[in-house]
Amino acid sequence: MSRISVEEVRHVALLARLELSDDELAVLSGELSALLDHVEQIRRLDTSGVPPTAHPLPMRNVLREDEPRPGLSAAEALAAAPAVEDGRYSVPSILGDEP
Amino acid sequence: MSERGAPGGATSVRGIAAAVRSREATASSVVEETLERISAMDGELHCFHTVMAKEALASARALDATIAAGRDPGPLAGVPVALKDNICTKGTTTSCSSKILENWVPPYDATVVERLRDAGAVVVGKTNLDEFAMGSSTENSAFGPTRNPWDASRVPGGSSGGSAAAVAAGLVPLAYGSDTGGSIRQPASFCGIVGLKPTYGGVSRYGLVAFASSLDQIGPFACTVEDATLGLLAVAGHDPRDSTSIDREVEPLLDSLGGGVGGLRVGLIEEFAADVAPSCSGAARAAADALAAAGAKVGEVSIPEVRHGLPAYYVIAPAEASSNLARYDGVRYGLRVDAGDARTMNLRTRGAGFGAEVRRRIMIGTYALSAGYYDAYYGQAQRVRTLVVRAFERAYEDFDVLLAPMTPSEAFELGAKTANPLDMYVSDLCAVPSNLAGHPAMSVPFALGESGLPVGVQVLAPALREAAMLRAAAALEAAAPPGVRGPVKLAAAPAGAASDGGGE
Amino acid sequence: MPDGYETVVGLEVHCELSTRTKLFCGCENSFGAAPNSQVCPVCLGLPGSLPVLNRRAVELAIRIGQALGCEIRPSVFHRKNYFYPDMPKDYQISQYDLPVNVNGHLDLPDGSVVGIERAHIEEDTGKSTHIGATGRIKGASHSLVDYNRAGVPLVEIVSAPDIRSAAQARSYVSELRRVLVAAGASDGRMEEGSLRVDANVSVRPDGSTTFGTRCEVKNLNSFRSLVRSIEYESKRQVALLEAGEAILQETRHFDESSGETHSLRSKEEAYDYRYFPEPDLVPLEPDEALLRAAAVGAGLMPGERRRLLWEAIGASLEEHASGALADQIETVIDLELDRLVVDAVAAGADGRLALARAANEAAANPESARSLGAGSFAALLQLESSGSLSATQSKAVLTVLTEEGGDPSEIAARLGFEGLGDAEIEELIDGVVAAHPEEWSRYLEGDGKVAGFLLGRIMRESKGRANGKVVSTKLAERRSRA
Repeated sequence: MSRISVEEVRHVALLARLELSDDELAVLSGELSALLDHVEQIRRLDTSGVPPTAHPLPMRNVLREDEPRPGLSAAEALAAAPAVEDGRYSVPSILGDEP
Repeated sequence: MSERGAPGGATSVRGIAAAVRSREATASSVVEETLERISAMDGELHCFHTVMAKEALASARALDATIAAGRDPGPLAGVPVALKDNICTKGTTTSCSSKILENWVPPYDATVVERLRDAGAVVVGKTNLDEFAMGSSTENSAFGPTRNPWDASRVPGGSSGGSAAAVAAGLVPLAYGSDTGGSIRQPASFCGIVGLKPTYGGVSRYGLVAFASSLDQIGPFACTVEDATLGLLAVAGHDPRDSTSIDREVEPLLDSLGGGVGGLRVGLIEEFAADVAPSCSGAARAAADALAAAGAKVGEVSIPEVRHGLPAYYVIAPAEASSNLARYDGVRYGLRVDAGDARTMNLRTRGAGFGAEVRRRIMIGTYALSAGYYDAYYGQAQRVRTLVVRAFERAYEDFDVLLAPMTPSEAFELGAKTANPLDMYVSDLCAVPSNLAGHPAMSVPFALGESGLPVGVQVLAPALREAAMLRAAAALEAAAPPGVRGPVKLAAAPAGAASDGGGE
Repeated sequence: MPDGYETVVGLEVHCELSTRTKLFCGCENSFGAAPNSQVCPVCLGLPGSLPVLNRRAVELAIRIGQALGCEIRPSVFHRKNYFYPDMPKDYQISQYDLPVNVNGHLDLPDGSVVGIERAHIEEDTGKSTHIGATGRIKGASHSLVDYNRAGVPLVEIVSAPDIRSAAQARSYVSELRRVLVAAGASDGRMEEGSLRVDANVSVRPDGSTTFGTRCEVKNLNSFRSLVRSIEYESKRQVALLEAGEAILQETRHFDESSGETHSLRSKEEAYDYRYFPEPDLVPLEPDEALLRAAAVGAGLMPGERRRLLWEAIGASLEEHASGALADQIETVIDLELDRLVVDAVAAGADGRLALARAANEAAANPESARSLGAGSFAALLQLESSGSLSATQSKAVLTVLTEEGGDPSEIAARLGFEGLGDAEIEELIDGVVAAHPEEWSRYLEGDGKVAGFLLGRIMRESKGRANGKVVSTKLAERRSRA
């Protein structure tokens, strides 16, 4: 029986940037645990020596030429933005630098 | 309600295009009638989020002008089509049934949209889906569910429920959906129509809002195998904007349809029989018998690995989704719930903008990829994916196409499976192995279930073998009993009183 | 470095590739455009958009690998997942456990060798500007994001922890910069962010063979910052060890104004990048054709160019170690004037003179100097060597030659430097001797001080057209004959 604690769920929710209430965290703890039980049947399979499949088709080296193509104007790019200032996307202050 | 279709009576994709091309009907009259029908009947069904009346009429008039000028209007001239609302349309809201994209208007068209316009089709609207295509009933839409035209108390399936129901109700002859784990085929089965998931890479994903990138494929819904084939041909083929698009010419698939199944080796997959309702397994067996009667070499085949498909899928798809949906952060587009700092803004926006199912899948996927769990979950699921692919390869040494049930049940009641997520996930049981393998598969209406609702049969084929799959599908269609497929004859009002049977 | 400790440094250098377009879309890759004017659905991460890999970027990345002696291998792109406003998709497409280039090395001018662990391809992020009192991230009221740079192709070159001082780190980055420029992969402009450096710094007691706990120092945008930050960080870490405290493995930000590093640790955030293979891209397996295409157009690497210069000037091994020549050599390589020097020597010019004129005078206007013909450069230097032009005259001719081109002798003539013929010089000397008999007698008697006076007079009479060396020689000849 898998068990994901509420604390683990809280950590995952932060990684995923989802604000959840304590009730939601508790419900998710149960639901994720149940799903992991279902997944348990494949965790037990012997897959030693089996390569992973990331892609359904065996394609390689798909490349495009280095030629400019028209993109969007700044106005088009910014049209959907929740907040714009000075031709740029405005966001609340960023805590901490880029990881 | 008036009869469906173009003046002159054509209701099929082929018939409408032929009528418009030969000037028996104008594109404008076809589109006008389509818009009237939608306006009369969609209130109850809720197939559509957006009806693009103005744009559709303008396109239709332009087509009529093209025809009047003696120029070729394209193979789908005047055919009204509906698009699942996760396919980007320039200038028209593309919401993915999510509050987080409620008012998002893409500044670009998906490749399939460009191709449909080039083919002369007229996009008339955007259809309902489970939020971000996550679900099997279209109940996970932030803007309310779609109802099954056969019985308004039932779900149309999902996630492409709006497109499936729109075709089944005769609102449009052709619609498109996306299939990540059965999201075209399962609603096609529930709605008694044909739904086709092409080979992965067969249709460009450029402009399809991603759910799980290595599984997603766009495909058509139509009432007949021929119309679905026309719908596939209009959008298939290489697109340099999608790195996973297959760079080779599309076969002239229409030739396959009349080919018959003489000598075709057909294998009935044994594994699902125990997990699905008798009507569904019975339909698959009856389909096998019908193909045998039509000259196919039919046998049974055991592919135990397909049973691992569902758990592998429910690791891989959420993992990819957790990453694909990270971009909805309130910075560039869509919903923002403001806060004093960027991180809190992200947290609140995403907490408020995503519905319960989407949040659940993001959580599963984030967990499965996180440090310490990657190999046990995501890595293992990918290795199991290899096992599924290899198992299919073995089966296809002996068979050209495979048959399987499409769904574990016929369409269920609204609300029946919303309490327990796992119950809903099981709806995808028979569908997901094809997505994991990247193979084409389709649902063909073939029977009625215990409640008199349609039940589809699934035809599967190896990658790029759509021709063989369509040969079998066309033969099944010919052998299907009457009354199993749409469009359903609907009373315009009061909507909700669904018809008591098939349309033909 | 405090006594008894050794600094250990590994560097991560991000190099923006000189492609026309971005890594995954057709937007222009150029510096300085109006904000958010070089964007499209792909690099803005709009829903539904998909990346397609730029062939040129791949070729340049492989070329960097070739220049660094790397193994070039089949590789896979991964997604590195983390939320940050300047990342349009909230994941970065990068290479993780299967990078395209591994196991190379960079030879530094002093003969030391630094291992290269990997050089992988990834996309750049957008640029955030922090608005508020300080203009820095701390205390900002909000930030503004420009995505023009988002999706610009980068190669991240990760060195082994083989570097042992701030000076060696500096030498590594400048040599790497030369390699990247020579390869045609980068313009090497640190001030425009084309090269960005992070330093992994640790310290350990002298003689220790195990590594200490390292800190990653970010925001090193100049050579000066690189050197100062490593020096500061080593001292900080040694002070902690001396005080019996533990060093925390963390990311630190270098503050140029204070010269200090600060922790970026944020208590509520645990980074977990959840790498997984990018499903929107297919694997990259460089084949013969790609490897050949990558190699075409690469220039000579600095090590080779240095060797050619030493050869051209015929320097001895001892001189290699000495500063003056070495500095001139580094200058002409950095300014890409080395070809000019080598070719001029081949055309008959004196090597050291060619090097000196290139490193000093030509360097004032390197862009024009690069288009200077080696033949005319050599001809000018020969005029100088033969005494037809003085050093001052030669430099003046070089300035004109560089700016306008032409024939050095004609320019010299135009400037009135046409070397006076022997007869004319003798005539001038005769005149000065006649006008200053007293001084001339003292000169003949061996009064050295008066030689300068005579020379000056003759030069003045010649209006600068006489070559001083030649005049001196002739004066000396007259004295010895007298």
